[in-house]
Amino acid sequence: MNGAAQGASVDWAALSPLLALAGGALVVLMVGLFPGRGVRDRVVPGLALLTLAVTAGLLVWQYDTSTDLLEGALRVDGLTVTLSFVFVVAGMATVVMTWRHLDPVESPGPELYTLLLSSIGGMVVLVAAQDLVTLFLGFELLSIPLYVLCAIQLRRRGSLESGLKYLVVGSVGSATLVYGFALIYGAAGTTGFAGIAEAISGDLSSDVLLLAGLALAIVGFAFKASVAPFHQWTPDVYEGAPTPITAFMATATKAAALGVLLRFLDVALLPAAEAWAPAVAVLAAVTIVVGNVGALGQSSLKRLLAWSGVAQAGYLLAGVVVGTSLGVQATVFYLAVYLLMNMAAFAVIAARERETNLGDSVDALAGLGTSRPWLAWPMTIAMLALAGFPLTAGFIGKFKLIEASVASGYTWVGLMIVIGSMISLAYYLKVIAAMWMREAPAGAAAVAATGPRPALAGASTEAQITAPTRHTRRGTGELTVMAVLFGAATLVVGIVPQPLLDFAAKAGEAFPGLF
Amino acid sequence: MTIHLSLLLWLPLAFGLVALVVPQRLSGKVTLLGALLTLAYAVGALSRFDGGAGLQFVTDETWISDLGISYKLGVDGLNLFLVLLTALLWAACTLWADLRGEWRERRQLFFWLALAETAVLGALLAQDLAVFVLFFDLMLVPFFFLTGIWGGADRVAATVKLVIYTLVGSLLMLVAAVATGVLVSVQSGAPLTFELTALVDNGLAEGQQQWIFLCFAAAFLVKMPAFPLHGWMPDGYRAMPLPVLALFSAVLSKVAAYGFLKIVLPLFPDASVAFQELMLLVGLASILYGSVMAFTTTNIRLILGYSSVAQLGFIVMGVFALNEAGAQGAILQSVNHGLVVAPAFFAVALLSARSGGSEDLREMGGLAFRAPVLAALFLIVALATLAMPGSANFVGEFYILLGVFQSSEVFAFVAAAGVVLAAVYMLRAFIGSMHDRVGPRASSQEITVLDGVVLVPLVAVILALALYPQFALSRGEEAINASLVPTRVAQERVAQERELERLEEEGLAEGGGAPVPLPQGAPPQGGGAPPVPPQAPPPVPRGAPAPSPGGTP
Repeated sequence: MNGAAQGASVDWAALSPLLALAGGALVVLMVGLFPGRGVRDRVVPGLALLTLAVTAGLLVWQYDTSTDLLEGALRVDGLTVTLSFVFVVAGMATVVMTWRHLDPVESPGPELYTLLLSSIGGMVVLVAAQDLVTLFLGFELLSIPLYVLCAIQLRRRGSLESGLKYLVVGSVGSATLVYGFALIYGAAGTTGFAGIAEAISGDLSSDVLLLAGLALAIVGFAFKASVAPFHQWTPDVYEGAPTPITAFMATATKAAALGVLLRFLDVALLPAAEAWAPAVAVLAAVTIVVGNVGALGQSSLKRLLAWSGVAQAGYLLAGVVVGTSLGVQATVFYLAVYLLMNMAAFAVIAARERETNLGDSVDALAGLGTSRPWLAWPMTIAMLALAGFPLTAGFIGKFKLIEASVASGYTWVGLMIVIGSMISLAYYLKVIAAMWMREAPAGAAAVAATGPRPALAGASTEAQITAPTRHTRRGTGELTVMAVLFGAATLVVGIVPQPLLDFAAKAGEAFPGLF
Repeated sequence: MTIHLSLLLWLPLAFGLVALVVPQRLSGKVTLLGALLTLAYAVGALSRFDGGAGLQFVTDETWISDLGISYKLGVDGLNLFLVLLTALLWAACTLWADLRGEWRERRQLFFWLALAETAVLGALLAQDLAVFVLFFDLMLVPFFFLTGIWGGADRVAATVKLVIYTLVGSLLMLVAAVATGVLVSVQSGAPLTFELTALVDNGLAEGQQQWIFLCFAAAFLVKMPAFPLHGWMPDGYRAMPLPVLALFSAVLSKVAAYGFLKIVLPLFPDASVAFQELMLLVGLASILYGSVMAFTTTNIRLILGYSSVAQLGFIVMGVFALNEAGAQGAILQSVNHGLVVAPAFFAVALLSARSGGSEDLREMGGLAFRAPVLAALFLIVALATLAMPGSANFVGEFYILLGVFQSSEVFAFVAAAGVVLAAVYMLRAFIGSMHDRVGPRASSQEITVLDGVVLVPLVAVILALALYPQFALSRGEEAINASLVPTRVAQERVAQERELERLEEEGLAEGGGAPVPLPQGAPPQGGGAPPVPPQAPPPVPRGAPAPSPGGTP
């Protein structure tokens, strides 16, 4: 009990993945100070990958842990471990995508990888937190590196704009969140989740202070998870940020935001479920409609995926709303699946940004089916999976989410999910049609043939003026491999989902209080 | 030799995958080989099929235990002939696609064709609701690519429209299917499963059947297509390449008809009874609308398209006659229509090649001059389509009308007009293309041997089935009985409730205060919750209004 007085009996083993991330971030930063291109181009990304691999190894080691850490500030359990896997895989994919993506003139130094690792560390803290203070700590540790990462292409206006926008909106979200926390603390008198739950199940469930705090906190999370109507920043930020960073935000940040919502709502605030569940269900429905409708007219793939990400956040919220173990499993499963589908898509987008000067426009994919089948197939699978076609992982994910909603009486949310999927077909099919049913535009090939240009996210014309040097090593081999891997994984999970379902069930076990 | 349905199911896809890697010119042959082997295997299954033994050749493995989904396949009287139809038509159309037409990216074309066959067979063979939904949705993917890549004018817009239309239904069906599984497991306390017999045995409470029924009906009616939900059809039919269109029209719509019999009637009997008149009305409207459109349009593809709408109207009516005659007719007519419409589309391809590529009836004409064999073959197909007495289609429509007559005379009278209308539009199409004034760019040429290889076997099968429709009817009987049992229970209950109401109104029910339908010891009492006892022994054919199986014309 008086562990603090005796000088900390810390469960270092359970804490090890977090320590590995933090240590790796520092090592990467320090090693990056050595001069030489070889260090920056090879050693630093290698070390970042190594850090993530070590973290993954430690997570495997701690797979069955279920324990409180640091006086109950953090909890390493099924949810933490499973979602940490998602972050780590997203991080690895991002490192691979970043490796040859950014022009050294625009983004000097190793800080990119340090920031990435810190952000992942923040995510782990966030989903492990079971205290309002640690939660906020994790939230900021996740966000602040991301603001910088968005703006890491120093000489590209789009990137800077994206970073600034994200900073402003994110700060508003953080402020709302922390204000909500203050009110919750005022009502419950404690910051620990267990204490809050206890206080609520007394007589607080209709306390105005608590409800106001709850509403503000949900809004704060909604900003981060890009839940409508707090999603407006998403398309602009996604479009402006460098593609690998966009991919990271789309997958890992979304997983973190929904993971923390799961723990926050389904543990601390479960006794007040009657107050928040209908409201969050409505948010989910609105998000599904807004996201899918918003995606309809998009011609930029990154914007399209941003809007689709908004819609997917709505689907995922359905798993949170139901407040059952089934819902937790469905959400975690879908998050893992979402990682696979989105990474395949973003790898293809990044590859096409390097190969053509059309940026992330849908036109960049025209005729891909004949010219680059190894990119076209993964992209096709990813789009079909995002739309929820059978024999892809997306189908099982939606199946599971619908099952969770129906099983706890939210059939209408399940219906909203499929109505959203219907709308989404229009834009996912447009992407597939561009790849297989259109000829490659004559201009793209011609320009690509005149020499490698800095095909940068979204704004190649600007980049031409501001980036005088040419980055010559701009192959797309690793991206093709990555796209194929993630595309194949999407198919395999769609056909043999049981292992991943077991993995998600692990997260469900973390909530013994749920039925 | 035991029949492994998994082999039947995955054989086409396996060959399709091989077709992706062999040289372009061989890809068609490889896929064709796969389709022929599948056909041979299906015929093998037919020869071993025992008409009285219920579900056969069952494969049952747990697939996704967390979701209660099992990979269960089986053949019974309902799907046996549809499986054969699928295998036969795929072999024919693959041959057709291989012989004719200069396709670009042949490998992909044949891969998608093969995947489509696997998807259709999967939907037909599935004995698990989730697996059925999965394959039913999967069917769409290959057709999206087949239409979008190799289609005619406006193909991308048409194919997107087609996919969205049909998936709207399919996705509603997904929710409905998940809800069925979950609600049944909640009500009965059994673990979650989507296995069809278990779902039927446990039954779904009456109150929840209605919206679920509507979702399933929407999916199937769009796929067919039936009258108010056919919006994708004209564009889709115009854009699809002909071999693909033949398959789509001949087979995919039948999966929907089969879905009604296999899934909707047994699982949602109360709702089926409640919505019987609505569905009969949909069928009737499809017959009239389809017929009228078919004899006003001049595009020969659309004539066949609208005639399909009308034919499927008949099938819907047969299903929702909710008796054996109707259901038997529906199954037989599904097979018949598939058999006639595929060669009809092939004939369209031949006709259009002889009239300068046009598919407009006004630009054809006189094509029979130097092509008596072609004209004769097309005439057989056309007469079968219009259900000439002597054809199996006549038997099918006869059974359907008989069934509808037994449940609602008015509907039967009006529907009978559809038979006459079919004669009008098919004969108009035949005369307009084969006889009449010679079209401006028409040149009459006899059918080539290669084309005959595709067309003649199909026509032969039509003739064979016309001579001996009993072959198909007798094998379907028992499965049809089984799938009609729940609806019969529901019908009896409704009849009882009505009777009780009537008695109450007349003041004859003395007890007055208790409206609970528990009449004096009548056997099927069902109530609200799971109707267990009356349907426990489904395979026993109830000797209700069975038409004596002597249906030879």
